[in-house]
Amino acid sequence: MGRTRSWATAKTDQRVERALGALAAAVLVAIAAMLATVLIKAWPSFSHNGLRWFGPGGDVDTQLRAMAESKPLPGRSIYYFRAWPLIWGTLLTTVAAVLIALVISMLAAVFLTEFAPPAVRRVLDPVIRLLAGVPSVIYGLIGILVIAPYIDKHLISDSRRASVGYVVQLNGNNVTTAILILTLMILPIMVAISASALTSVPASWREGSLALGVNRWRTIWRVSLRTARPAIAAATVLATARALGEAVMLAMVAGGRGFAPNLLDGFTALFEPVRPLAATILQNSEGLTIPVLAHTMYAVAAVLLVSAAMLSFGGWYAKQRFQRYGVGA
Amino acid sequence: MAAAELAPSPPSGTAIARAPREGTTSWPLVDRIGYWLCWTVGIGLCLVALAIVLFMLVKGISYLRIGLLVHSPAPSQIQSQSGGFLDPIEGTLIVALIGTVIAVPVGVAIATWLSEYRRPAGLARAVESAIEITAGAPSVVLALFGLLIFAQGFLGFLSQRAATGAVYGRSFFAAGVVMAGLALPLIVSSTREGLAQLPNHLREASYALGRTRATTIRRVLLPAIRPDISTGTVLGIGRIIGDTAIIRILLGLTLTTQPVGQVPVLGLLRGTGSTLTSYIYENSPAGEGLSPQKAYAAAFVLLAIVLALNGLVTWTTNRGPRWTR
Repeated sequence: MGRTRSWATAKTDQRVERALGALAAAVLVAIAAMLATVLIKAWPSFSHNGLRWFGPGGDVDTQLRAMAESKPLPGRSIYYFRAWPLIWGTLLTTVAAVLIALVISMLAAVFLTEFAPPAVRRVLDPVIRLLAGVPSVIYGLIGILVIAPYIDKHLISDSRRASVGYVVQLNGNNVTTAILILTLMILPIMVAISASALTSVPASWREGSLALGVNRWRTIWRVSLRTARPAIAAATVLATARALGEAVMLAMVAGGRGFAPNLLDGFTALFEPVRPLAATILQNSEGLTIPVLAHTMYAVAAVLLVSAAMLSFGGWYAKQRFQRYGVGA
Repeated sequence: MAAAELAPSPPSGTAIARAPREGTTSWPLVDRIGYWLCWTVGIGLCLVALAIVLFMLVKGISYLRIGLLVHSPAPSQIQSQSGGFLDPIEGTLIVALIGTVIAVPVGVAIATWLSEYRRPAGLARAVESAIEITAGAPSVVLALFGLLIFAQGFLGFLSQRAATGAVYGRSFFAAGVVMAGLALPLIVSSTREGLAQLPNHLREASYALGRTRATTIRRVLLPAIRPDISTGTVLGIGRIIGDTAIIRILLGLTLTTQPVGQVPVLGLLRGTGSTLTSYIYENSPAGEGLSPQKAYAAAFVLLAIVLALNGLVTWTTNRGPRWTR
């Protein structure tokens, strides 16, 4: 009797294992299907444009409008698309925001864990966690209603407006506003992860450094921050992924125009509008029933998806390299 | 400042041993600059955080009216006639509910399989990286994929069908399912973290009593990590209610909830509507309606929900059966 029961339960155990494995495999298939379908749907756009898809050439907004109206541009294929302004906008906003946030978050994390009075720390810890959870549309709302009007009114002079007026209209929704809000948005999560890594640096390592007569700042710089490198890498990857995929906030404050800010314009370039890749998908979401436009949007999505995947691989690699003497996230 | 730093070790019990205080006067100039930069950035961060929180609080309190919470949005240019955001609040709840109901069981099951069974190993590694990719995938991309799936002819019963036979592909159900994909990685990772932290003697004790692995998981391990599962769930809900891109692409652009057909629940799930995030977007200068005050009020309600969820995370992480610690 007892024998049959244990045999039966062992069988149940096996069945549970199979069921869970099957579920995991099903999710794997769903995710693989996502990658595959996005790439397949994107293919017509890539195959009609070749590698020039990524290059500059003409006004990307005109090209998208031509697709939406199904009227090809004179002498061009209906699929004609040159994404450089969108890619450039994504690169500008993402790289600038992540670099600024990286510097600020390291200093802030050091402040939080080393210098801040305990009372300040007790208040700031939950506030940072709250800010990390604030939906991006709220950051966008603050950006479009507070920051953009301020920049429009006080930072852009009329002569600056006139100097590029024949190419593009300058207003408060521009690349600077986008970078500013994006930095603000990714900062909390970077500070939170870095600070938690700094607190888990073994005290003996720091004490060893202090005992050798190294001052506190250098100890932080040479021992604590180095030990926290895997976590800082993880935080950077997470923040970059968030910045890359951010659509809503950037659609609200970045200017919504497929324009590539020309760095030769000097400071004026800071006030030129952009529209990153993710925001482009969002702003063309109503035209997805038009096949050509849909293929183009899936191509944009494929670029985002592949970059995000490469990013997480890069993060994994960086973590592996730093892991030897490090504390993870 | 110096007095505060000399204070005895913080009551929170952090592991940091505060180094004996040394003045910065003996430091090289570069180090002192770094030190002051740290203070500047830290205080600046405090001020910015404070400014954001206070700003939203003031705006929210000054524009929020009870009427806004109990009236549906109405199409009108005039502020006093464009209604409130009852439907968006309902929409947020519906989408969060669908997403959670799907993501939690699936996420916990996958995490359990990954941590406790892991056979075949190749499949486990593939599943791990696939979930990693989903975690990093932008939500617009997930939304595009969802639109593609739910616009297939045979899934027409989940959304609306046009007279021509084309499937609309946008509905509460579609949005909820894709939202589940957004929440899944968070639930998987926090469940796995919980399972990894459980001491092995718990499992061994259960095996020694003749329990199988399945029974051990159901009776011992899962109850023990309930706080971790709820933390993951709450984080997932936070992600879901904060997302706008999926809503804009997969829930249509109607501000009011519009069920399809007469069947009560299914009709609602097949219908379109809005959530707080899409309401905020629509009412900001980026959208159609120009009523920033209502957008602020809705943002305040959304923030209050996020704050409550945050509190819930703190509360759940400190609970759990005592025999596990």
